[in-house]
Amino acid sequence: MSTETLEQPKEAVKVPTEELFSKRRKRLVTDPLNEDNPITIQVLGICSALAVTVKMEPTLIMSIAVVFVIVFSNVIISLMRNIIPSRVRIIVQLAVVATLVTLVSEVLKAYSYDMYKVLGAFVGLIITNCIVMGRLEAFAMGNKPYDSILDGLGSGFGYAWIILAVAFFRELFGSGSVFDFKVFEAIGLDSFVTNGLMVDSIGAFMILGIIIWVQRSKTGYVEH
Amino acid sequence: MRQSNTYVLLFTAALTVVVGGLLSLASQGLAPAQKKSVELDTKSQILSSVMDREKLSTMTREEVLDVYDKSITSLVVDINGDVVEKDEKGKAIVAEEVDILKNYKKDPAERMYPVFKYSKDASSGSVDAYILPLYGAGLWDKIWGFVALEDDLNTIAGASFDHKAETPGLGQRIATAEIQNRFVGKKIFDESGSLVSVTMLKGEGNDGLSSHEVDGMSGATLTARGLNDMLENYLNSYQSYFKKVKSTGVASL
Repeated sequence: MSTETLEQPKEAVKVPTEELFSKRRKRLVTDPLNEDNPITIQVLGICSALAVTVKMEPTLIMSIAVVFVIVFSNVIISLMRNIIPSRVRIIVQLAVVATLVTLVSEVLKAYSYDMYKVLGAFVGLIITNCIVMGRLEAFAMGNKPYDSILDGLGSGFGYAWIILAVAFFRELFGSGSVFDFKVFEAIGLDSFVTNGLMVDSIGAFMILGIIIWVQRSKTGYVEH
Repeated sequence: MRQSNTYVLLFTAALTVVVGGLLSLASQGLAPAQKKSVELDTKSQILSSVMDREKLSTMTREEVLDVYDKSITSLVVDINGDVVEKDEKGKAIVAEEVDILKNYKKDPAERMYPVFKYSKDASSGSVDAYILPLYGAGLWDKIWGFVALEDDLNTIAGASFDHKAETPGLGQRIATAEIQNRFVGKKIFDESGSLVSVTMLKGEGNDGLSSHEVDGMSGATLTARGLNDMLENYLNSYQSYFKKVKSTGVASL
């Protein structure tokens, strides 16, 4: 777990007229994409990365929903950060996250019933996604709303690209398709044998492990 | 001040009111749209058991409802195959509004069984398919669907299944056209006229399927088992209705 984000607000206070996309702010968005990725480096949100990544389509909808929930809960908590009593802050964070998740689910049910049916069980799981609570506790509680939006976007997309990558390989080798498009049949490989392991959670562990391996050999990150 | 008990209590109370109010507002405000979505979903699911799915998926909301109104007539029967027109309170029963889940929880003898009759050409008055709702338990949660029988009340014309929470990529496949098309043309009665239903086998790629068997889904044997039970239970319950239709002719029922 990194804690460097906690120290940043002090610098921000010293520089009152910071540009809209200053170097520090760019790093808020870009860090979680690679060097400080919520899944592969902080090892948060693993549960949902295993559960929803069998196919690309639900994974994509889940990514959009998670980005939405992280960004908005970050803003709301950041706006409220000076009035939240610290003894009940976790409950307050949870209430905000749960409200947003319920709203997402209700809106999906009303206007995109097909999506709602695909995601039914998954949307509720966003509440328990450690990344959301983790960002609220580690960042939004101590930073201004605009920075919190950037941080939410960074973490959300950091989460999204990893689970989409995992889902891509799992669907490709597990079901022989990408977004339900039968890739191997399309290129004339009708006899391609799909791998049942990929449809299981074990497949997600393996692919996640390989992604972490490749990533760390490039960034040189070592856990202490 | 921010740490005092009074502040904490007031803060959480205010939060509860705001959040609760927001959610009930959203729930109230979205309810009509949700009801419409559910209605459209039910009707397109009923139609998808007899119609070309690709054509159905390109149709707009209004077109689906229009086709439904033109080609489907519905009625509700009880376990003895008698038409039920009014409930205990004397209110007229609409087949589309019969809650299959609520009825599923009752004893089979007390359930209401909707029948949706499909005619390609409404003016001819002939019935091309009988569509029956199904309800049961999959591996993780409920599964449901519709099975359409041709006018001989034996051959399956089509089926559509759906589920609440079957395993993605495995049991979830019951909701795909690939699996549902396997049921087309299968027979539910054997030569002697007794009900045998249609069974989904274990494993995938089975050879020599009889007219009462369909190929299974690998990795989803328990979902298939739930599907088989569901199909058999409901076909069983509709048996008296089938007999009545066969003996009295289509027009009266």
